[in-house]
Amino acid sequence: MMNLLTKLLGWIDERFPLTSTWKAHASEYYAPKNFNFWYFFGGLALLVLVIQIVSGIFLTMNYKPDALFAFASVEYIMRDVQLGWILRNIHSTGASMFFIVIYLHMFRGLMYGSYRKPRELLWIIGMIIYLALMGEAFMGYLLPWGQMSFWGAQVIVNLFSSVPFVGPDLAILIRGDFVVSDITLNRFFALHVVAIPLILVLIIVAHLVALHEVGSNNPDGIEIKKNKGPDGHPLDGIPFFPYMVVKDAVAAVAFLIVFVTVVFFAPDMGGYFLEYNNFVPANPMKTPEHIAPVWYFTPYYAILRAVPPLFGSQFPGVVAMGVATVIFFALPWLDRGQVKSIRYRGPIYKAFLASFVVSFVGLGYLGLMPATELYTWISRVLAVVYFAFFFLMPWYTKIDKCKPEPDRVTSK
Amino acid sequence: MTENVDQSKRSMLLAATAAAGGVAAAGAGVPFVMSLMPSERAKAAGAPVEVDISAIEPGTMISVEWQGKPVWIVRRTPEMLELLAKHDGDLADPSSSVPQQPEYCNNQTRSIKPEVLVVLGVCTHLGCSPTFRPEVSPADLGANWAGGWFCPCHGSRFDLAARVFKGVPAPTNLIIPPHKYLSETKLLIGDDSTKGAA
Repeated sequence: MMNLLTKLLGWIDERFPLTSTWKAHASEYYAPKNFNFWYFFGGLALLVLVIQIVSGIFLTMNYKPDALFAFASVEYIMRDVQLGWILRNIHSTGASMFFIVIYLHMFRGLMYGSYRKPRELLWIIGMIIYLALMGEAFMGYLLPWGQMSFWGAQVIVNLFSSVPFVGPDLAILIRGDFVVSDITLNRFFALHVVAIPLILVLIIVAHLVALHEVGSNNPDGIEIKKNKGPDGHPLDGIPFFPYMVVKDAVAAVAFLIVFVTVVFFAPDMGGYFLEYNNFVPANPMKTPEHIAPVWYFTPYYAILRAVPPLFGSQFPGVVAMGVATVIFFALPWLDRGQVKSIRYRGPIYKAFLASFVVSFVGLGYLGLMPATELYTWISRVLAVVYFAFFFLMPWYTKIDKCKPEPDRVTSK
Repeated sequence: MTENVDQSKRSMLLAATAAAGGVAAAGAGVPFVMSLMPSERAKAAGAPVEVDISAIEPGTMISVEWQGKPVWIVRRTPEMLELLAKHDGDLADPSSSVPQQPEYCNNQTRSIKPEVLVVLGVCTHLGCSPTFRPEVSPADLGANWAGGWFCPCHGSRFDLAARVFKGVPAPTNLIIPPHKYLSETKLLIGDDSTKGAA
């Protein structure tokens, strides 16, 4: 029996690089042995992607991308399709969980300098994934055709119309109509279900290929490839399979416990994962009293609202919001620090990173709140802190007093 | 290192983990598979249908929808019923030995009341709906035709008790759905339970 399997494997390997691919990316991909809690989130992001794709496929079987039927078809899934409510709650919970996992994954990169040379391209590909994910989430949110779907899309698409000269035509091009309508719903459906998932899968593969080319960073921010044993493998590395897979499996179980708890007991998460106004069918004649994006967009939304109209145009706010999202791309070149990891950084970087986290969370909170004068001023202060983290980085990372890095990775 | 490994404990843990993971995966698959089964709406469409048969003229047929399929109700004339007994030799299953009907319809006329036939209008060959041809000896169906159904798809023939003729593609008689009389003129199709009206 084993002999037959070995022969089959040999037959395949002569025609397809099965064993060599497995070795390169799993059984002989050496990951640093000092991975900690923060290194769970890359694998978890992959898990959520699979959950979203599978639950999405099954939702598509009963969903109707038509302004007349979309809302009712979601209700149909919730009430009439057998256990359809579980599938819908899995998909809506998965959307928020995706962003929780991705934000923690990105924060890990900030803490340990994972974007620094030689991982600049890895970081950039990751940022493209992040932008694609935002597009995916935004378009998916229109599909239930509730009040928040409609007015959220209305507001976001109108951001584009503030672009000088071409703005109004650009907004019409995106909507395919003069208002958000059945036409918009239909094209967002196509993009949400086919186009962006395809792109996402492709760039995630590229993200992993780039990662395995340069090797994983670690909490000490030093290169394990510098210390290799006589066998040519890093002394501080252990094979991804089985060691890291087993470790990630434990994280996956813990994560899924949280996930299903939300699915079964708090699928709307108090209005944060599923907004209450979205249980009302879209009505183009009536805007809800208070509209706010879903929580994962609110930091940027707060920045948008914090910028006052200049020269009679909303455009500066839109630019600020856009810059706040894409500024991450420049991180590898903004950081002039001697070391990568926060463990060996000086107090200035730590203070800036902490204030950045405060500003991000604070803006996220304020973006959910109605825009009062006080809140708008707090948003302005936090937006300045947010941008200071990036724009002052070349200066403060250079003057910061770093501690010496160890030669080998450390573990407690 | 290797000599200190308790192999039996290791394989026990592996098996336990695989079993727990397998149970969890099977459980997670339940909502996905269940969502593929008929929804409550589809089930509601399969609910019993009430039909008033008082307006059916002798020798004619009405067609009603039940579970998305046509159900025919024919009020046969005494002449039609008389002809039913005369071509048993040409039929594939004249005495309805294949259980294509409820017990209470396993008789010469395949019906509860001799004159009223209730039958599922779906050909037992490949699912087409045959055409009602009640006339005797029409030019296209031949001199022996005593009234019945002709399937336009593959030429299967059925008599007025929906019994299939020999030598046609359909293997069995047409299906008689469960049904019962709520009153002299009211039929309930899809439910034959004796415990009260649905």
